[in-house]
Amino acid sequence: MATLTRSPLADVKIQELLIKGITTLILAVGAVIILIPLVFMFSTSLKDRNQLRRSPPPLIPIEYTMVEVNGKEEPLYQVTVEGRSRRMALVRNLPDGKGVFVDPANPEREFELLIADQKPMQHWEAHWENYPEALTSVPFGRYLINTCIVTFVGMAGMLMSSSMVAYGFSRFRAPWLNVLFMVLLSTIMLPSQVRLIPMYVLFQKVGWVDTLLPLIVPQFFANAYDVFFLRQFFMTIPLEMDDAARIDGASPIQTFLYVILPQGRPALVAVAVLHFIWAWNDFYEPLIYLHSRQKWTVAVGLQTFSALYAVNTHLIAAASVVMVVPCILLFFFSQRIFTQGVVVSGVKG
Amino acid sequence: MERQSYRRPFWTMSRRESGWAYFFISPWIIGFIVFTVGPMLASLFFSFADYNIVDAPRWLGLANYRNLFKDPLFWKSLQVTVYFASLALPSGLLLGFFLAILLNKKIPGVNLWRTLYYLPSVIAGVAVALLWMRIFNPRIGLLNPLLAEFGIKGPGWLQDPDWAMPALVIMNLWGVGGSMIIYLAGLQGVPTALYDAARVDGANLWQRFWHVTLPMVTPVIFYNLVMGLIGAFQYFTQVYVVGSAGGNVGGPARSTLFYNLYLYQNAFKYFDMGYASAMAWILLLIVLFLTLLIFRSSETWVYYEGELKGRV
Repeated sequence: MATLTRSPLADVKIQELLIKGITTLILAVGAVIILIPLVFMFSTSLKDRNQLRRSPPPLIPIEYTMVEVNGKEEPLYQVTVEGRSRRMALVRNLPDGKGVFVDPANPEREFELLIADQKPMQHWEAHWENYPEALTSVPFGRYLINTCIVTFVGMAGMLMSSSMVAYGFSRFRAPWLNVLFMVLLSTIMLPSQVRLIPMYVLFQKVGWVDTLLPLIVPQFFANAYDVFFLRQFFMTIPLEMDDAARIDGASPIQTFLYVILPQGRPALVAVAVLHFIWAWNDFYEPLIYLHSRQKWTVAVGLQTFSALYAVNTHLIAAASVVMVVPCILLFFFSQRIFTQGVVVSGVKG
Repeated sequence: MERQSYRRPFWTMSRRESGWAYFFISPWIIGFIVFTVGPMLASLFFSFADYNIVDAPRWLGLANYRNLFKDPLFWKSLQVTVYFASLALPSGLLLGFFLAILLNKKIPGVNLWRTLYYLPSVIAGVAVALLWMRIFNPRIGLLNPLLAEFGIKGPGWLQDPDWAMPALVIMNLWGVGGSMIIYLAGLQGVPTALYDAARVDGANLWQRFWHVTLPMVTPVIFYNLVMGLIGAFQYFTQVYVVGSAGGNVGGPARSTLFYNLYLYQNAFKYFDMGYASAMAWILLLIVLFLTLLIFRSSETWVYYEGELKGRV
């Protein structure tokens, strides 16, 4: 009689299942490591100075529970006395790590116990008032407005100019056009420092230093990344659509406005989202151009605030949370752009 | 022979098309001239001059470059940058590639995992630098008590000249999702037919990785390496934030005086625009040289799919 043997196919299945299991396990551990710093930032923003001094810092905003004994605030512990677990206050420290514990309801009877063996009681204590305090102790609202102006006006300029240029590079034949496209691509590699100083001098001469203009105006002249990405996408829009528009008598401008832009919407949204993230977090250029307090963006304001008031870690953390939350929200709403669309076309083009 | 008196109209079809092309790309052309070519030429000129914005530039010849080569801080900043790149690029490559391989498997919730791992990349900047400063704080930080649990006495991290750089590399690894997603795109571009063919030929998991996956994604690895290298020379925000909060821009014993940081100091702290411009041009040459070097060497190890098509 033939004995039942496991088929090699089953072996492969088990192997695959095993690999998937291990993969998930590794990913889960990694995800915890990724998330801990963010949780830590959020919890720090909810602590007060007392809670900040604790080491190791708890990952959630908790505080030792105190109780009133004979008119004094004493820390409450979960202690084990006479075989029973009870809540008692630590009223005095003794040598050798011992302490005097009493029942708050009956403070006359004292117990001498090893402090290290008892568990201090803690409770959730979140200081939401850190947020209004952080936002008002510096003109943070002003910084938010400035950042929004730079981000959104710049975004509008980038979208207009880059889509125009991308259309020009994707739909027409002209002498030197391919060479110019190569030049455009090569500027991606160009370190910005070689342009930075003369641009600063230029903006200084026209009186734009210490205004938001140096951060906004260059956006109206297209940039290599976005042109490249948009062009790659525009190339996938069928030429028949252009032809149909032309036969209907549309000029290239009308074709651009009524065919290419509507068809290119996913790509336009993608570069807009990426521009938001970039402009919102940008630090180098705002640092260089914006000198007076009232003109700062959130990034510069936060950095300066942290350098001046390092003790107010909780307020710095609260301001940081306010700064990162828009990016995180935007990211979750448009995560497909990040995890699929953009980079794929960016690399394979 | 008589010439026909036929005059071609100036706006021929092709001329008209060229006209439209140049009309549409004109924003970039103007921007390229005003914000790229012009400034580049100006900064080349400044690099041979003594210039502080207020006074007119004074021609110095090669003095800025000569002084740079004698400047110990210039060499220090180069060394710091290369040291960072030599730690951050390989670690980012290995971890990013490893994660991409894991996230390329058909496991439940794979999109959620991808999103989570990419998350730190969208909040890069000042807030992240401040966050990690607190994590690395040897007194009230998060990391050293954790290490103590394993019986390791944690170093002073950002406050210790020897450990400031590894701390920055760890900080950098937190944002590994950015390169991971690019590797993932590369992995997804590998045709499954190749794996099937390898399987038919009896290749095991490791052989499939080594002979199919790896060669197919070398262009992506190559791209990430070039961009990472350029990125190391642009590294600024994190060290600036950490340094100025610690009251010591450049880090303890100038252990994190990155090239871009030193350039910034020369330009916008000392307003020595000529000196800073010389640094910028040396940087441009370094980036050019490194890019060419990687391009050249890539011929021996980067594999493009087109080659296959050409040969078959």
